[in-house]
Amino acid sequence: MHYSPQPLHIPDGFLSLIVSILCWVITVSILGIAISKTNKALGGKQVPLMGVMAAFIFAAQMINFPVAGGTSGHLLGGVLAAITLGPWAGMLVMTAVIIVQALLFQDGGLLVMGANILNMGLVTAAIGYGLYRAVSGRSQTVKLTVAGIAAWLSVMAGALFTSLQLWLSGTSQLQIVIPAMLGVHALIGLGESLITVAALAFIFRSRPDLLGENSESARGSRGWVVAGALISLAVVLLSPLASADPDGLERVAGDLGFLQSGQSAPFQIIPDYSFPILGQTPLSTIFAGIIGIVVVGIIIVLLGQGMRAKS
Amino acid sequence: MHFDAFDRYHESESFIHRLDPRVKVAVTVAFILSNALLPDGAWIAFGFSWLFLLLANLLSNLGVAFTFKRSLIALPFALIAITVLFSIPGKPLTTFHFLMWDLTITDMGLLRFVSILIRSWLSVQMAILLVATARFPDIIHALEHLRVPSILTTIIAFLYRYLFVLADEVFRLLRARESRSAAAPGQKAGRSILWRAGIAGHMAGQLFLRSYERSDRVYNAMLARGYTGHFETINPHELHRLDYLTTALALIAILLLQLVGRL
Repeated sequence: MHYSPQPLHIPDGFLSLIVSILCWVITVSILGIAISKTNKALGGKQVPLMGVMAAFIFAAQMINFPVAGGTSGHLLGGVLAAITLGPWAGMLVMTAVIIVQALLFQDGGLLVMGANILNMGLVTAAIGYGLYRAVSGRSQTVKLTVAGIAAWLSVMAGALFTSLQLWLSGTSQLQIVIPAMLGVHALIGLGESLITVAALAFIFRSRPDLLGENSESARGSRGWVVAGALISLAVVLLSPLASADPDGLERVAGDLGFLQSGQSAPFQIIPDYSFPILGQTPLSTIFAGIIGIVVVGIIIVLLGQGMRAKS
Repeated sequence: MHFDAFDRYHESESFIHRLDPRVKVAVTVAFILSNALLPDGAWIAFGFSWLFLLLANLLSNLGVAFTFKRSLIALPFALIAITVLFSIPGKPLTTFHFLMWDLTITDMGLLRFVSILIRSWLSVQMAILLVATARFPDIIHALEHLRVPSILTTIIAFLYRYLFVLADEVFRLLRARESRSAAAPGQKAGRSILWRAGIAGHMAGQLFLRSYERSDRVYNAMLARGYTGHFETINPHELHRLDYLTTALALIAILLLQLVGRL
């Protein structure tokens, strides 16, 4: 047993059937595009490459580093896969990893697998590749910095999507699940970001051709930049909104006809509920979120420079 | 070689083991679907679901309690559902003080919480039984028959095959780090967290390059042996009458379960 369960994998039973099916529909549509794109673009050689790379992501998740108090950080890999293999191939690779984790290790359910693939494979690859593609042609430091921010954001986006799905299923209360999930994953994301940057820096040093202007990672279309930027923006704007003003989000969901899950008026039981850390108004927390991203960015820049200086 | 580190298959001679993998995949999915469809608090139906699971355990010759042993894997995730205890309106059962909040557990909240846990617990056990009674390559083959796109099943097949090889590579990297992480007595090994994360990242980068270069050699070797883009299997995978019969019976049982749950 060298396998430990990963965070974010939703087991069966925690999502309602409607939410599960909805996620499957989104996931299958995106995967359909990914498959037709990769079938068109790739030669016979690429499929074994993607298979071995999927095994790489799986194995790389076993490399951990001690953090504190017996806990350890490790890689999730969505951003790394998207940057090194290109967006569509990265998505397929992450999908294969999530399917095997669910089938072989019961880490993540089968019926809710659509949601898990969406949260951890598709969203992470879109953010990672979109932001990275935006700075293609820039200096290596800029690329590494953006990759680091993208890695952090991808984990946050996964946590946000998971929280929203749990809430729509009537499994968790929005006011609690979003701050709790995002809080924990802000730290996990930091580990993800550090490992992704260090791994990419290592590849830049030893095989720069794999990440150069003619590589898979440089060939994706500019549309990815828009997609990645939009999802990132949604994460930055939605997370504080959702935690500071859940009623607003609830109203939107109600208007869209989502909330049939028998969860009526869930916020009256706990009166005077507030999260002092996050502040009271949506605006102040959006601001806090942006500050957080800037801080993460600065840390990554400093770290990247430190690593380059040493090598 | 840790060839068995990831294998979940339990060799045995039994009715379930002999079934076609397609049947096992389909019935497992139907069972999990049925659990998701059962309304909260359908205790009798949940009970029958459990009996269904026990019967499957029994027919697999692995022991009635086989799946129970690993079934608590999803339990930590229950933490995420704990808020429903307090958030669903209903008759208050008990109130307690936690940090700065007064929390009231309601009967409806408890009902929903326990139902979520039971659904998850039953579903995860059936999934455990599936991989214990069907070889993983057979499951991949079943997925192919069930119309999962071949590019995905091929990637999964490669993933499974090279997982063992790359896991060995990881153990080698970890051992190398271990052997270079000496520390004087009374002193901590290694430096700051950032430094440690950087080392882990370099190891991931190293693993990436080794995997990338290995995939080249793998492909050339496969071409040399006549690879045409498909995996061949020597298991025929034909559906016999017993397979159809079992599928029908299992589905009828699941339908009855649903009826019991909704009456």
